[in-house]
Amino acid sequence: MKPIKWAFGGALACLLGVGAFAGISYRSALPPIPPPAADGFPAELVAKGATLAAIGDCVVCHTADQGAAYAGGRALPTPFGTLYASNITPDAATGIGSWSLDAFKRAMRDGVGRDGSHLYPALPYDHYRRVHDGDLEAIYAFLMTRQPVSAPAKPNDMIFPLGFRPLLAGWKLMFLHQPEFQPVPGRDAQWNRGAYLVEGLGHCGGCHSPRNLAGAEEDGSSAYSGGVAEGWTAPALTAASRAPVPWTADSLYAYLRAGLDGRHGVAAGPMGPVVHGLSRAPEADVRAIAVYIASLSAPPGGAGQPADRPPAIDRADRAAQADPAGAALFAGACAGCHEAGAPMLTQGRPPLATATALQLDEPANALRAILNGIHPPAGAAGPAMPPFTASLTDAQAARIAAYLRTRFSDRPAWTDLEQAAAEIREEDTRQ
Amino acid sequence: MTGLPTRGAAAKDATRLSRRGFLAGGALVVSFALAPRAFAQLAGGGEGGAGPAVVAPELAGSLRTTPWLDAWIRIGADGRATVFTGKVELGQGIRTALLQVAAEELDMPPARITLVTADTDRTPDEGLTAGSHSMQDSGTAIRNAAANVRMLLAQEAARGWGVAADTVATGGDGMLRAADGRSLGYGDAAARLSLHVKAVPDAPLRDPAGYRTMGRDLPRIDIPAKLTGGAAYLHDLRLPGMLHARVVRGPSVGTRLREPDVAAVSRMPGVVGIVRRGAFLAVVAEREWTAVQALRHLQRAAYGRDAGTQPQEPLPAGGEGGGAGGGAEGGAEGGGPMSADAIAAALTALPARDIPIMDTRGPTGPAAHSVRARYVRPWISHGSIGPSCAVALFEGGAMTVWTHSQGPFDVHRVVAELVGLPPDKVRAIHAEGAGCYGQNGADDVAADAAVIAMATPGRPIRLQWMREQEFGWEPLGPGMMTQLEAALGADGRIVSWRHEVWSNPHNNRPVGAGGVLAGNEADPPFPVPEGKPIPMPEGDGSRNSNPLYSFANTHVVYHFIKDMPVRVSALRSLGAHLNVFSIESMLDELAAAANIDPLALRLAHMEDQRAREVMQRAADGFGWGSRPKGDGRRGCGMAFARYKNLGAYCAVALEVEVDRETGRVAIRRAVAAVDCGQPASPDGVRNQIEGALVQSFSWTSREGMRFAGDRRAGFDWSSYPILRFGDVPDAVEVLVMDRPGAPFLGTAEAAQGPTAAALANAIADATGIRLRDMPLSADRLKAALGPV
Amino acid sequence: MTVTLTINGAAHRLEVDPSTPLLYVLRGELALNGAKYGCGLGQCGACTVQIDGKAAFSCLTPVSALEGRQIRTVEGLGTAEAPGLLQAAFEAEQAAQCGYCIAGMIMRAQALLDRVAEPDEAQIRAHMQTNLCRCGTHMRILRAIRRAVAMRKEGRKEAQKGTRDAPAGTRQAAAEPVREARP
Ligand code: FES
Ligand code: FES
Repeated sequence: MKPIKWAFGGALACLLGVGAFAGISYRSALPPIPPPAADGFPAELVAKGATLAAIGDCVVCHTADQGAAYAGGRALPTPFGTLYASNITPDAATGIGSWSLDAFKRAMRDGVGRDGSHLYPALPYDHYRRVHDGDLEAIYAFLMTRQPVSAPAKPNDMIFPLGFRPLLAGWKLMFLHQPEFQPVPGRDAQWNRGAYLVEGLGHCGGCHSPRNLAGAEEDGSSAYSGGVAEGWTAPALTAASRAPVPWTADSLYAYLRAGLDGRHGVAAGPMGPVVHGLSRAPEADVRAIAVYIASLSAPPGGAGQPADRPPAIDRADRAAQADPAGAALFAGACAGCHEAGAPMLTQGRPPLATATALQLDEPANALRAILNGIHPPAGAAGPAMPPFTASLTDAQAARIAAYLRTRFSDRPAWTDLEQAAAEIREEDTRQ
Repeated sequence: MTGLPTRGAAAKDATRLSRRGFLAGGALVVSFALAPRAFAQLAGGGEGGAGPAVVAPELAGSLRTTPWLDAWIRIGADGRATVFTGKVELGQGIRTALLQVAAEELDMPPARITLVTADTDRTPDEGLTAGSHSMQDSGTAIRNAAANVRMLLAQEAARGWGVAADTVATGGDGMLRAADGRSLGYGDAAARLSLHVKAVPDAPLRDPAGYRTMGRDLPRIDIPAKLTGGAAYLHDLRLPGMLHARVVRGPSVGTRLREPDVAAVSRMPGVVGIVRRGAFLAVVAEREWTAVQALRHLQRAAYGRDAGTQPQEPLPAGGEGGGAGGGAEGGAEGGGPMSADAIAAALTALPARDIPIMDTRGPTGPAAHSVRARYVRPWISHGSIGPSCAVALFEGGAMTVWTHSQGPFDVHRVVAELVGLPPDKVRAIHAEGAGCYGQNGADDVAADAAVIAMATPGRPIRLQWMREQEFGWEPLGPGMMTQLEAALGADGRIVSWRHEVWSNPHNNRPVGAGGVLAGNEADPPFPVPEGKPIPMPEGDGSRNSNPLYSFANTHVVYHFIKDMPVRVSALRSLGAHLNVFSIESMLDELAAAANIDPLALRLAHMEDQRAREVMQRAADGFGWGSRPKGDGRRGCGMAFARYKNLGAYCAVALEVEVDRETGRVAIRRAVAAVDCGQPASPDGVRNQIEGALVQSFSWTSREGMRFAGDRRAGFDWSSYPILRFGDVPDAVEVLVMDRPGAPFLGTAEAAQGPTAAALANAIADATGIRLRDMPLSADRLKAALGPV
Repeated sequence: MTVTLTINGAAHRLEVDPSTPLLYVLRGELALNGAKYGCGLGQCGACTVQIDGKAAFSCLTPVSALEGRQIRTVEGLGTAEAPGLLQAAFEAEQAAQCGYCIAGMIMRAQALLDRVAEPDEAQIRAHMQTNLCRCGTHMRILRAIRRAVAMRKEGRKEAQKGTRDAPAGTRQAAAEPVREARP
């Protein structure tokens, strides 16, 4: 895991330059195979693949809203344009039915399709490189035994010139060097299992690590220090975390399994589906993930709990004085769930004082939760928040966010809130 | 026309009340309103208080208890008719159906008839509106009373004209005609005679061949107001000087707030008063929003379990699945839904009284296939979309309560006992609420409002429960369990059938102050009465446990469990939901074991011709014979029951598609056939069956109260999710059998059980997996399907 | 505080606590019955109204957020005597049991019909997902919305042909400006 520090002016220019080496960009097609019979795989292998696929959450990215599972079509907005997930059902014509195990492994590790074309790193092959061979085989067995669905790929919509896939070869040359996972000596088996899953299939860094200008994850000390996913802030998992109550392995486990923990906010945005996937993953694996992630925020050298932070803040009176209009909006729109005495709170759902969203430098998560709402993360039951996009103007959403910041945080006030709200709304109307 | 005393009328009523104590609907009414109330008939399926005594056993329906014609029908000088029923509109369309019945047998236009629903001062006491009894009780009474009135009118006209009575005809326009063309309006004829006479049993009914109103789809009279914001509900009642109240309680039954900050709240601007009586606490304000804010403030107080006011035993525990354990402390959701084992353990740990339901013996052939299975249902919420509401006014020593309870006559008795007034000083008037599907919070909130009104004389009190109060405090539909063991001979005949059912009473309808929360909270408390089973043939937990089929050696036992760890009462169809689910699942299990077509197995054991016809009709409509075979994803299932073996016949066939990745089940199409005797309004019947089918799909596939040790953990639609548009069937078709002139059979609950079983059977057909524990949820099906 | 609300085209000056959700003002101050209290949590849609054309939960919209905005309730669509398009379609399909959810259903559907000329079944179901019905009237509600779409289409055709005798309920709709789907 050697840190890549590459000094360059513009990532795009660099890509163009490197990509010009046609020889590097060329990858051969692998021969198609007749789709393997679904009963040709041992049941245990398929079952193992199923649990690994749950941790990788393949189904989330590769399933469109209300679409058939794994048949692709889900839009993935990136800073470089919109990608559409591919069909990974074993349909020979439109899915991966004609892919051999080798072709599958090459895609997962090198980001190259069976036909030799380069795949966008939205498929986190930089993480999948770390996955052991046997696990990839299991996932292959699992996917090849799904119901084949005929669903042709939707064309991507990338900014020029990134629609030209050979350029990706340059990207890979610079950023795709991750070795297979090796257990860290001196750490126990559970921690190592967690590390393997988080670094590999779980690809948590895909969202929670910052990315450079070329869209590659930063690693080393920057890893897990917070990133962006579909416009939401993916908070830091390291000691830089702004969670008002420190995370522990237990609270992480509860959160990853159920989408909430009494002392932390609720899984929202792209984290919702992740929790849904993990709610079906084996308990031991989710515990291992929690243990490893908890260790990321532990003070260096010291095991156990992260350093204590000041207790959660709730200064209702101060906030009401400073911002009576915000307080009135809150009382009418939010208090039914978020004020003391509300049924949610008497039933043990987390108070806003513990929500990380209100402590982050960026208001994105707070505003997105207000405007777009939160859908139950773990299936039909679970915390839900209605969208306020129809009832509140940008200015009003901004007013509420500002009020929340004043009331529940000591951090500096957010700026340009109304503009940020307008951008989120604009983005939604476009989709 | 609206179902609600209009604002003006209500206000007028209120002022009249203040002047006269209560409004009598005319001197004649008193004669029956004061009739002795002894246990006499099973109005409402034996739930609730005893109705009035049978005084005319030779008559039909509720005429047996209220035989005077003018108690049911009055005709004004203008020829308009007023028809009275002791039943209430619950959204089932009963007002329209009864109107059609009256119009048909009076042979006059429905538009010239006004229907008055249950009002303890004006209408006959017909007990509860429950158990799909309205058409059987009230429809039958009105049908015969109307026929009596038409007969008397014709006789009167004939006398005047000096012709034979049987030469006088009616033509559907409210006119009587002689053969020579002379005519007389109903109003004129009625003015010459008294309708304060007893009905006779043999007044001629109209010939079904000539029906003008019945059997046709008269648009429901309550719908226009509901579509346009008219005053359609009790919730819309606004009386002069009305105040808004909220009742203050802990999160759910058996909890109590420790030290609510009453002092702070009573200082809030707009708060008019705080009402405390024993453990009962309510806040009263000028405006509703103030009352809500005051309530929220009081709810900040810590709560604890309270053994004093509620006979609560430790709640059943045992969630399954993803949750990280409950408790306000840990904070996560109260686990997953209760596991079936936990429900079974909770039920069987309680002492039970064994009630034999059925025991037949016959020569036993050898068993070729036998199946033993346990089926379980969790506690289910009524989940009314509109939390319960009531308006109460205490003035001039008399109390009036507007209630959407199914039992206004019980409310009247409960309130009298609770506030210490003689029953004749309490009047209960029904006004429509949101659908209740059994005993939800309606009775409790009516009692709450009355307690508050007693403390604020002269000011009408409007009280609506909050969403979480409805979930937390209403009586739930009981959790249940059955154990079946059945065997099939080599000849395809069922040679033995054993059915045991464990259940709490479903009949805890309040008949006194101890039956409502405010009564339990009084000091000293009115004790919660002991639950009692409803005897067969209606049954409660035992309802429909006796198969209508002819099986050899049938043995059915009801393990009646008196002690209730959870507050429970009637939920639409009572025990029939699980009993029919169990019977009809078992039939498919046997059919699968012996490789017999499920329909053929049913028909082979069914002697009742109408039952056979309903099954056949559903099968034909569905295309059962040519249905696709289960292929791992798609599959079909059917089920049948005659509700209570007394009411409507209903068969349901479904085609489902299973998403094997998620376990999600979609109903691709559903066909139901129903025989309810003569349908007053076929579209009304279709509406009821469609709704029951969709609702049962929701109950059966995803519902179940969660518990968190010290409280109910389902408190809103995110913690107690129900079916949404994204999951409703692609298509539902209801086929109504044509049975001209046949007696009415209760319909509203007939589809609950068959839908549940048809769903399980279709899933089994599709996947080979037999789910026996409700909810038949995506998670459970996925777990059973495994990764593949 | 004093707020001025524009409801169904008419301005109302009200003296209320600024935090008061619109629902309580509609029902308590203005005696408009259409919007219902179902949950007060934005989970059921019984309280749905249109705010600036979009379907919104009146139970969670404080009046202080509504100054200068257009509010439309089911009362604004028509009356029992002269029902609006959706009201007529719901009547024709007898799409109600208890009906408590129905005013909210109509208002949510109206927001869709205002935006999309001819929504298909999937669009209708997805759009209506927000609103709950406990009576199981879903199938009829869907039928009623489809019928309204068909009636409007029919009405438009009739209007183009210049026929004066449109079927009941469609006349009003045809007279309404029909906004087409956004690209
Ligand atoms: S009452 Fe507003 S969404 Fe339920
Ligand atoms: S019709 Fe009763 S809730 Fe929808």
